[in-house]
Amino acid sequence: MKKVEKKHPLAIRWFHWINFPVLAIMVWSGLLIYWANDIYRIGWGDKTILRFFPDSFYKALNIPFRLAEGMSLHFVFMWVFAINGFIYVMYLLFSGEWRLIFPNKKSLKESIKVVLHDLHLRKPVPPQKKYNAAQRIAYTVVIFMGFGSLLTGLSIYKPVQFHALTSLLGGYEWARIEHFTLTILFTLFFLVHILQVIFTGWNNFQSMVTGFFVLPAEKEVLIPSPVIANQMDLNKKEPDIDIKPTENISSNKGKNFTDEIEPEKNNSAADDPDLKINTDE
Amino acid sequence: MNDKEVIIISSKKFRNKSFLAFILFAIFIIAAVFFWKWIHNQPDVAGAPKPLRKVLNANENFFSNFLKDKHLAKTYPLSAAVKRVRVNGDIGLKSSFDTAAWKLKLVRSPGDTILISLAEIKALPKTELVFNFKCIEGWSQITDWAGVKFSDFAKKYNLNAQTQMQYAGLETPDKEYYVGIDMPSMMHPQTLLCYEMNGKPLPLNQGYPLRLIIPVKYGIKNIKRIGTLYFSNERPRDYWYERGYDYYSGL
Repeated sequence: MKKVEKKHPLAIRWFHWINFPVLAIMVWSGLLIYWANDIYRIGWGDKTILRFFPDSFYKALNIPFRLAEGMSLHFVFMWVFAINGFIYVMYLLFSGEWRLIFPNKKSLKESIKVVLHDLHLRKPVPPQKKYNAAQRIAYTVVIFMGFGSLLTGLSIYKPVQFHALTSLLGGYEWARIEHFTLTILFTLFFLVHILQVIFTGWNNFQSMVTGFFVLPAEKEVLIPSPVIANQMDLNKKEPDIDIKPTENISSNKGKNFTDEIEPEKNNSAADDPDLKINTDE
Repeated sequence: MNDKEVIIISSKKFRNKSFLAFILFAIFIIAAVFFWKWIHNQPDVAGAPKPLRKVLNANENFFSNFLKDKHLAKTYPLSAAVKRVRVNGDIGLKSSFDTAAWKLKLVRSPGDTILISLAEIKALPKTELVFNFKCIEGWSQITDWAGVKFSDFAKKYNLNAQTQMQYAGLETPDKEYYVGIDMPSMMHPQTLLCYEMNGKPLPLNQGYPLRLIIPVKYGIKNIKRIGTLYFSNERPRDYWYERGYDYYSGL
């Protein structure tokens, strides 16, 4: 028997895996365009710390002299990026999934603990639902970044027709800088995302493909309580039917759940310096 | 929604479900790769794969709806205009050229061409325009131009029938550089047949004696040294379109 948690709805998996190659195409074709006037750098006066981008970078990716190709790809796949993103946001809003993704009151404070935990500076992690606080903030910010890319992109694509938008963004040249900066941020998001997925392991990765997350085998499955035994019998007869927990089981499950969570909570309370001070007092 | 939805399934069922999901995932990846290859294996239309070209043309249909005569490119005070104007591109300007003998060839219809001198063009109402000139490469520059609005020019030369057509075509005297422009953009109130830059006659490298200044298009459409002007319901040939760029190139 396997105990699994339904993690990512089918729709979200589709949005995710469509967006992955499309965003890659947008960033890459954007580079083909940017190369034609690659004036941005980080530095001051004559001092340049980082040039966007060094010639070796262009050479390695075969970027030079492909402006026309970059523009045609960019202005075709922008539609897929925009439509996929729009449906995704609508899905979040209407399915209620937004509650699991948008940050709540505690998220900012908790996200610091999560980051410290990920950097191995802090052991316990605050209890979380589908996403931890840092994920909530990152995944919400990235939605706004996508929206920002669409707006800044539109304002440099059609600056006369949408002149009000272009002015609002600080004019044509500022909008181009903003569009570029968002692309850099997307790339950084992507790198951190990939690293985190690698560190978190297979179970997490496969849940974005299969939709379910495998929970560790629990005692409750092994204890031959009458309800579970019935369920196993059922399984023998009709192994192909999904056995959803009956009311009995879910209450049973609920009990076990609190049992397994409780010690964790105690631990984190003991380790949390804030809480410790409180109890001492 | 707030509670994790936990279910218990048999190991066999779990394996089957995982297997199926990964098969579908693999099919998705393979389909994406094939789609990408399919796009690039399609025949080119003017330097861009046919499917991309189709979408670019659809983009033109979509975005040209937003082009209105009242949508003006932002203008600036004269003091904002740069003194050293960037020179980008000399295609069509390299042949030997007798500036004194120049006249604009206005083809009103095939077989009906009239020649117009620079003095005649300068006699028409003059319009000055300081705007942010935008190159398709990504740079832009606030520059100062003056000339006659194409719409005023069309009025003066009774081009009513011609401006009902869909496109205007412009070519350099040596026919090396050529552009095609949709009529709504050509008739836009900021489109100039331009003969002055920074208050002086155009330099040779900026298209003396007459060039197009069309703020609703990228620089590639702002043809220098106009030799011939004609009209068509088909897309006139366009230098950069033939090299993979969007025909419309509107801003």
